[in-house]
Amino acid sequence: MADGIISRITGPVVVASGLEGAQMFDVVRIGDMGLVGEIIRLEGSKATIQVYEDTTGLRPGEKVTNTKRPLSMQLGPGLLTSIYDGIQRPLDVLREQSGDFISRGKVIPALDQTKKWDFVPLKKKGDTVSPGEIIGEVQETPLIMHKIMVPHNVEGQLSEISEGKFTVNEIVATVQNSVKTDIGLSSWWTVRTPRPVLRKLPPEEPLLTGQRVLDTFFPVAKGGTAAIPGPFGSGKTVTQQQLAKWADSNVIVYVGCGERGNEMTEVLSTFPKLEDPKSKRPLMERTILVANTSNMPVAAREASIYTGITMGEYYRDMGYGVALMADSTSRWAEALREISGRLEEMPGEEGYPAYLGRRLAEFYERGGKAIVISPEERVGSLTLVGAVSPPGGDFSEPVSQNTLRVTRVFWALDASLASRRHFPSINWLTSYSLYADGMGDWYKKNVAAEWIALRKEALEILQRESELQEIVQLVGYDALPEPEKGVLDTARAIREDYLQQSAYDDVDTYTSIRKQFLMLEAIIEFGKMETEAIKKGIPSTKIGSLESRKMISKIKWTKEDQVEQLVKDFKSKMQQEFNSLLVEVTH
Amino acid sequence: MSTISYKTIDKIAGPLMFVQGIDNAAYGEIVEIKLVNGDRRQGQVLDTRQGLAVVQVFGPTLGLNTSGTSVKFLGETAQISVSDDMLGRVFDGLGNPRDNGPKIVSKHKVDLVGSGINPYSREEPSEFIQTGMSNIDAMNTLVRGQKLPVFSGAGLPHNLLASQIARQAKVLSASESFSVVFAAMGITSEEANFFVKQFEESGALGRTSLFLNLSSDPSMERLLTPRLALTTAEYLAYERDMHVLVIMTDMTNYCEALREISAAREEVPGRRGYPGYMYTDLASLYERAGKIKGRHGSVTQIPILTMPADDITHPIPDLTGYITEGQIVMSRDLHRGDIHPPVDVLTSLSRLMNQGIGKGRTREDHRNLADQLYSTYAQGKDARALAAIVGEEALSDLDRKFLKVANNFERKFVNQGMDENRSIEQTLDIGWELLSELTDSELNRIKPEFIEKYRKRTSTGGK
Repeated sequence: MADGIISRITGPVVVASGLEGAQMFDVVRIGDMGLVGEIIRLEGSKATIQVYEDTTGLRPGEKVTNTKRPLSMQLGPGLLTSIYDGIQRPLDVLREQSGDFISRGKVIPALDQTKKWDFVPLKKKGDTVSPGEIIGEVQETPLIMHKIMVPHNVEGQLSEISEGKFTVNEIVATVQNSVKTDIGLSSWWTVRTPRPVLRKLPPEEPLLTGQRVLDTFFPVAKGGTAAIPGPFGSGKTVTQQQLAKWADSNVIVYVGCGERGNEMTEVLSTFPKLEDPKSKRPLMERTILVANTSNMPVAAREASIYTGITMGEYYRDMGYGVALMADSTSRWAEALREISGRLEEMPGEEGYPAYLGRRLAEFYERGGKAIVISPEERVGSLTLVGAVSPPGGDFSEPVSQNTLRVTRVFWALDASLASRRHFPSINWLTSYSLYADGMGDWYKKNVAAEWIALRKEALEILQRESELQEIVQLVGYDALPEPEKGVLDTARAIREDYLQQSAYDDVDTYTSIRKQFLMLEAIIEFGKMETEAIKKGIPSTKIGSLESRKMISKIKWTKEDQVEQLVKDFKSKMQQEFNSLLVEVTH
Repeated sequence: MSTISYKTIDKIAGPLMFVQGIDNAAYGEIVEIKLVNGDRRQGQVLDTRQGLAVVQVFGPTLGLNTSGTSVKFLGETAQISVSDDMLGRVFDGLGNPRDNGPKIVSKHKVDLVGSGINPYSREEPSEFIQTGMSNIDAMNTLVRGQKLPVFSGAGLPHNLLASQIARQAKVLSASESFSVVFAAMGITSEEANFFVKQFEESGALGRTSLFLNLSSDPSMERLLTPRLALTTAEYLAYERDMHVLVIMTDMTNYCEALREISAAREEVPGRRGYPGYMYTDLASLYERAGKIKGRHGSVTQIPILTMPADDITHPIPDLTGYITEGQIVMSRDLHRGDIHPPVDVLTSLSRLMNQGIGKGRTREDHRNLADQLYSTYAQGKDARALAAIVGEEALSDLDRKFLKVANNFERKFVNQGMDENRSIEQTLDIGWELLSELTDSELNRIKPEFIEKYRKRTSTGGK
């Protein structure tokens, strides 16, 4: 196969001639610097290449070499705790090699090639193995046991299997069939191809995030898809990071796609310090970060999403629950648009290519809960949460609209809530979750039988509040009848003491589902007592100054192990106070 | 190859020049253009292929022709000589001295298009910068290494605000002041004179480096000016251990220049005719703010932009807001109400605030106090809107209190005049004073222990 020659350079797009036998999406090395790129259009032996690195200084006439392999990545132990750029170069190693600023033309393997991992076989010589079967394990981090699986197209008898310390490139087992296949600790996968599964399952269990507005009102299922669109400053990134920190998923893949460098640094510096609420281990031990900041080349931004999801699928195949956060898919779509523009393709809506919707749908379709390929029944899930950054906060733009068509949970971030510092600023009237009803059984079994009713009641009160607010706008608060004032009080308690949650407070940042139940129950019960009392002629102002009302505000700041006691105290205090109010009235 | 001059200009269209017969011009290569009358101009290769190079001309195309003009390819990409001597100097938009001083000679030549900082090398910005302005220090705190733009409108005093920040900014723990790199893109000579005078009067000129592209200068230069400024800033920060504040004004003019070149290249336009890659281009400027582990200096950016028709959803403020770590938004209403600086606290935001405040940095009650002020002010403004319809008498007692706090907040807290330099302690104490209208239980954003500790300090505080 011949090397090609650069014939044209414009920004991140390079045209090369003489690439005989090249295939679509082959990865090529460009010029004397050896920049990495990918073939995205072929005309005869003339190839159009999107380059993952800055092309400044390239000249026509320089050489282009075809690696003859599509963009692929090495999957194996060592992925967790890593931080990659858009094309799987570990940023820590990159720093060691090229300093504080990212230099060009560096090719660095994604996995540490020298580290020895302890391989423990689960099969023995002579066993028959099928595709996807687990033949052994490596303790990748104290949190995650890495399973070594038989590749999808291989089956036969194990003619050899070893135990001991190996690097990712060493062979640990051999499968004998008509041909001999070696299995190592790592394998390769092309990132643009979804890893297949046996069968997809309906998502029935919520992904608990410790965020009250999400878990209670708009839950996403394990294996589900969710979109968070919102204008800048409405808290997309904080919400995504909260999910990455607290979601009860085995593995987290966080893709920072075209976002701020300082924010990625924040993730890098905070995650190793945070503890998983259950295991008390650093969260980093279950996390993979992909950081393609906004000043990194645009083509690599396009690739970063696929890099992230391929790693997610890999851990799903081991039978884990994986959650992937992509922040932000709008930047990815803009990268598509930029490349498309350089290719002089006919633009669709707002300059985006006509295939934007298809590409988004393909991405979200890679999520799901599934029985993975394996002889023993193994279930894994991949939850996808994509942030969308609509220009001017206008949800009617193409990326938001195409995303909403394929995702089943919509967390609508609201700039007006954010500007009054109601965080997380998720609008409770416009957001929705199509999973909530289907997961009722799970809540009944695992939280409380009353959960569904409680949630519904709270939502109704909020809905009622928005109607009443319109009246207040016209006639003023004082003109409202007393019972309506009571409703507003309860709604206010739900908003301020329940929905508002501080990501920066050590206690409030995470709320278990049990605590959520206790909190909501306290608020709703107080609301009911208030309604009753108002009916008996007690003015709403008096109720507002009760000691037990103040206790409600305290619950969210109370540590998990003290909540039960506080709520118990609250209930008896509430009873006592309302009783004495009633006594006052009747006398 | 720098010895060969080409006289094969085929076409000149807008700021673009098409040169034939060039086989291997590098993408981004700098060219020297020699006019028939002996004048010299510079340009940069935007598109290169076998047999053709498209060159973007910096400066006017007046006098260029297709027969006599010659082009020399210099074999290098855009670079600038940097040294300490650049402080105290005034340059034009291309980095040539504008103050009759000598040219900068240095062995340090640096590429203008810097490569990105590896996120792994970045250090989290966390040092509080005291600007002396309450609405920024208390509500939208600036920290070292942050990029915090000012979103303004035509006729609003953003220049006063910027120069006040440049004058007053300091870090509490450190004695050294900031060095300032100032990049002007397409501003009027009047505005430029204002800044030079401000820097002179405050004695800051000696630690300031100015790059001025005025509105009469060619718009193509504007694409280079901020890069010159940032490259200089990076040199001062990372090689010379200085803390550098970069002020860039007006980013709107920069984006217009970007649109102009895109239109000349007949590219597919994105929103409002701005090119689809404007986000990437702006990011390549803004992302050059930051701190690097193991290096002493830092680059803090304050870009200023004027929102066309005060529209925050216009592509320029919109894309900027998605890249920067917050924004300071100026309000026309406050300006009309004679409040200076007229910063709209509710739409402003500093994303890095939490890293820079609290115990050991500013004061332990800072976060809670700011939250309380925000929500009280927001509710007060709602009450004001309501009162406009139903009258103040129809408001609930609580709303009336909120309204009073909101009014005082604007008059006493936000409003402070051009020369007042408040310490963070003063700022926070004023905040507590405003809140003395509310009862303890109405301070629902503040932890009881802070109410206990700080409320008593104020003169009018009571329960």
